[in-house]
Amino acid sequence: MLSIKNLSRPGLGPIDFTLAGGKAMAIVGPSGAGKSLLLRALADLDENDGDVWLDGEDRADIPAPEWRKRVAYVAAESGWWADDVGRHFDDLEAARKLLDQVNLNENALTWPVSRLSTGEKQRLSLIRTLIGKPQVLLLDEPTSALDDDSKERVEALIRSLVADGVSLIVVTHDKSQVQRLGARVMTLKNGQEVTP
Amino acid sequence: MNTVFVPLGYVDLALASLLLLFSGLLSIYLRLGLEKRLGIAALRMVVQLLLIGMVLKLLFALVSPLWTGLAAAVMIGLAGREVMARQKRRFSGLWTYGIGTTSLMLAGSIVTVLALTTQIRPEPWYDPRFAIPILGMILGNTMNGISIGLDRLMNAAVNERSAIEARLALGHDRARAFRPQVRDACRSGLIHIVNAMSAAGVISLPGMMTGQILAGVDPTEAVKYQILIMFLVAGSTGLGTLTAVMFAVRRLSDSRHRLRLDRIENETTHTKE
Repeated sequence: MLSIKNLSRPGLGPIDFTLAGGKAMAIVGPSGAGKSLLLRALADLDENDGDVWLDGEDRADIPAPEWRKRVAYVAAESGWWADDVGRHFDDLEAARKLLDQVNLNENALTWPVSRLSTGEKQRLSLIRTLIGKPQVLLLDEPTSALDDDSKERVEALIRSLVADGVSLIVVTHDKSQVQRLGARVMTLKNGQEVTP
Repeated sequence: MNTVFVPLGYVDLALASLLLLFSGLLSIYLRLGLEKRLGIAALRMVVQLLLIGMVLKLLFALVSPLWTGLAAAVMIGLAGREVMARQKRRFSGLWTYGIGTTSLMLAGSIVTVLALTTQIRPEPWYDPRFAIPILGMILGNTMNGISIGLDRLMNAAVNERSAIEARLALGHDRARAFRPQVRDACRSGLIHIVNAMSAAGVISLPGMMTGQILAGVDPTEAVKYQILIMFLVAGSTGLGTLTAVMFAVRRLSDSRHRLRLDRIENETTHTKE
C-alpha cells in the first residue's frame, strides 16, 4: 500500500492518495500539468515535501537508492551510460527472459545502444527496471513510441505484474489504455488534482 | 665540466624583443589585428616577471616561515581563481572557487611538504628558494588538471542528465551513478601530465631541466631533478583532480542521491578564451 499525503514541490500539489498493492492508477491531463513531476516526486528524484509511506514504512526512513528499487520510475526518455546494451543490466539472464514478452529480438542485449530505435529503448528501459522486482511501478508514457503489436505485449506484461500484486502508476494520453489496464484515473491540471 | 653561468644584460633582452617586434610588424602587414594583444601580453609578461624577481629575491633573503607561507597562500588563492575563471558552468555561490582552491591547497601542500621534508631536504625545510619554485611548478600543473576535470564533469552532469538519472532511478547510489562521468573527468584532467611524461626528453626538454643546464648544472643531475619534479607534479595533479571531482560530485547530488543541477548557475558567457 502506497500512501501519499500533502506531496508537493514547485509546480505540483499538494497531492493526496492511496494505492493498494495489485491496483493501477492512471494520471492524465494536459501537457505541463505536472504528471511527470508527480512521478519524479514519488521516486524522490527531485526535492519535494510531504509524507510518503509504503506498507507502513516512512520514505524518510529508507535510504533513497533502496526506496527507488522498491518504487521504480521509468522515464519517458530513457537514459544510457555505456555503449553496449548489455552493460546496462545487472542480471543478463533475467533480462533475456523478458525480451520476448516485450516483443524484442533475443539478441537485443548484445546490440550497441546507438542502433536502438526509440521504441526499443523504451522497452529495454522497462525491462531494466523490472529486473529489480519493484513493488510500485511509475511509468511515464511507457508505450508512446510502440507499434500496436508491441504495445499489446507490453500492456499484457504490465497487467500480469499488477495481477501479481505490483502497484502501478502510469502517465498516459491514451484513454483506451487506461481501460485496458483497469486503472482508476487521477486528472491533473496546473499541478493540482481536478475532477474531470 | 665547465659550470659557467652566463648572466644576461638588459641589452640582450632588448635584442631578443626585436623578434616580438618583428611578429608585431608581420601582424600589421597581414592585418591580423594581433599586434595590440601581442604587445600588451609581452608588456604584462615583462612587468610580472620583473616584479616576481624582486619579490623572490626579498623572500629568499628573509627565509621566514611566515612570509613563505603567505606567498604560498597567495599563489594558491590565485590558482583557485584561475580554476574558476576557466569553467563554462559554475556552481552558484562560491562553491566552484571553494572546491578548486581547497583541492589545490590539499594536493599542493601535501606534495610540496613531502618533497621538501623527505627528498630535497633543504635547511630549514621551508627555505623559500626551494619551497616557492617547487610549489609554483606543482600548482601550475595541478591547476590545469583540476580546471579541465571540473569543466568536464560539470558539462557531463548537464549533458548526460538522463543517463545519470536513469541510474539513480534504478537504485544506484550517487557514486555509482556518476562513475562514467567521474572516470572521464579524471582521465581528461590527467591527459596533460601523461603526455608531458611521455614526451619528456624525447620530444621536449622540460623547462626546469633546461634552466638548470643553462645555469651550469651537470645534465645527469638536472635530469634527476626533472624526474623528481615530474613525479611530484603527476602525484599532485592526480590527487588534486580526484579531490576536486569527488567534491563536485557531492555538490552535484544530495543526501537523497538526487541530481542537483539547480545548484549550477546558467551557462556563463564570460568564459576565458
